[in-house]
Amino acid sequence: MAYSDKVIDHYSNPRNVGTLDKSKKNVGTGLVGAPECGDVMRLQIEVDENNIITDAKFKTFGCGSAIASSSLATEWLKGKSIDDAITIDNMDIVEELALPPVKIHCSVLAEDAIKSAINDYRVKNGLPALELEKSHH
Amino acid sequence: MLTTPIYLDNNATTPMDPRVLEAMLPYFTQKFGNAASRNHPFGWVAEEAVDYAREQVAKLIGASEKEIIFTSGATESDNLAIKGVYEMYKDKGNHIITLTTEHKAVLDTCKHLEKLGAQVTYLEVESDGLLDLQKLEAAMTPQTILVSVMYGNNEIGVIQPIKEISAIAHKHGALFFSDATQAVGKIPVNVNEDGIDLMAFTGHKMYGPKGVGALYVRRKNPRVKVTSQMDGGGHERGMRSGTLNVPGIVGFGKACELCQLEMEQDAKRLSALRDKLENSLIELEESYVNGNKQNRLPHTTNISFKYVEGEGLMMAMKDMAVSSGSACTSASLEPSYVLKNLGLSDDLAHSSIRFGLGRFTTEEEVDFAIENTKKAVNHLRELSPLWEMFKEGIDLDSIEWAEH
Repeated sequence: MAYSDKVIDHYSNPRNVGTLDKSKKNVGTGLVGAPECGDVMRLQIEVDENNIITDAKFKTFGCGSAIASSSLATEWLKGKSIDDAITIDNMDIVEELALPPVKIHCSVLAEDAIKSAINDYRVKNGLPALELEKSHH
Repeated sequence: MLTTPIYLDNNATTPMDPRVLEAMLPYFTQKFGNAASRNHPFGWVAEEAVDYAREQVAKLIGASEKEIIFTSGATESDNLAIKGVYEMYKDKGNHIITLTTEHKAVLDTCKHLEKLGAQVTYLEVESDGLLDLQKLEAAMTPQTILVSVMYGNNEIGVIQPIKEISAIAHKHGALFFSDATQAVGKIPVNVNEDGIDLMAFTGHKMYGPKGVGALYVRRKNPRVKVTSQMDGGGHERGMRSGTLNVPGIVGFGKACELCQLEMEQDAKRLSALRDKLENSLIELEESYVNGNKQNRLPHTTNISFKYVEGEGLMMAMKDMAVSSGSACTSASLEPSYVLKNLGLSDDLAHSSIRFGLGRFTTEEEVDFAIENTKKAVNHLRELSPLWEMFKEGIDLDSIEWAEH
């Protein structure tokens, strides 16, 4: 199975690799997946007083498509409000990266990571956690 | 000059030796006859070529040429051996013993027979991949008609104690079959010294063509019979009908002859290169060799690089063809069942890479592989949240992961 050019691009030059200080109140962290399943994503957002995401970082243990999905997610997150960010759908990622059916779970994981990071931020800042539809694996 | 990509996946298939191709070529065009055409020279020429190849194949494994049944490859040979023995001997008993780490061609064939009334025991191997002989002894029953144990494992290269296993099978009146796909042509295999009654092997794992293999079927002490699984013109002593693949068989024969001549020096050279590769790579922190290191095929190593995922790693190992126990692409998302059967945790199985060297692997390629792999592992660890946690001293088992 060949990878799409966009997957290769994100995989070879991943954007926004790194770690934000998770103890900070304006940083939300999402850690999703499991080592036994072969993919773990950690996605972090830093949010300003207007609820705009000013920075996003990721680290991912997983295949090329998982790394590319999380790299793309951080790109999309920066500059978005947390309310807009929550609407990012895994199928947008599938489409952008031209992921084949066997790799759809990578995009699902990226969506989970986004939502989990946003909820972490919300809870830290006294906002109610959003009810999320349970992911479909 | 190093040409990339380099090929280190010789357990999947080997390139054909140019000398094999040369031997095959006339049999596609000028010498195209059907080996079963007994009444004209075209047939005679083809038959003669097949007879010669049969001798070359038999010689490599210490058999008589009458004991070689040509097939389309190891999968067919596995099917013919196990199904054929079961059908032929099921009045004597219905019990078959095999290993959990066998190739799917053996496991799925056994599962098929279970539906038809066979009782199959799947023995687990030890953490180094070897079978504990006492477990085999304990599993034998008066109903056991067949013990099926592979010679060398395709994923980790571990070589089973074949002589001891066949002795136990025979002591209890069972036949012994070995899938020797990875071993024949790489290490000395002798059906008489090893006490093998049936054995599967194939051309394309030993620098021969794809689409041709053999089943060795013992003719003396005891005389073994298998029920044919392909009915038709009664070729191959009635055990495998179908027009013989003459060019393929000629190539297979030539490949066997070359292995016989060059195996010893190939094995010596490749085990030195393999050791160099392995020793350099386990210098990386948190890397582990999978399977027994002493009883092992000379050209294979399987290494887990903890905290990086195998498929992602293969993508980073640019210009290199290897294979991984990660099953990120499979629908089940299950990692290698062979590694899991050694007791490896799923995450270590996901992190494994198999390197398979071959006759045409050079030292320069191995040096390239070492550098390239190290770079890739280090790069991916920089991207890995698990590596970061490990470095911070966080116990990953203490985290409640969301199974998905």
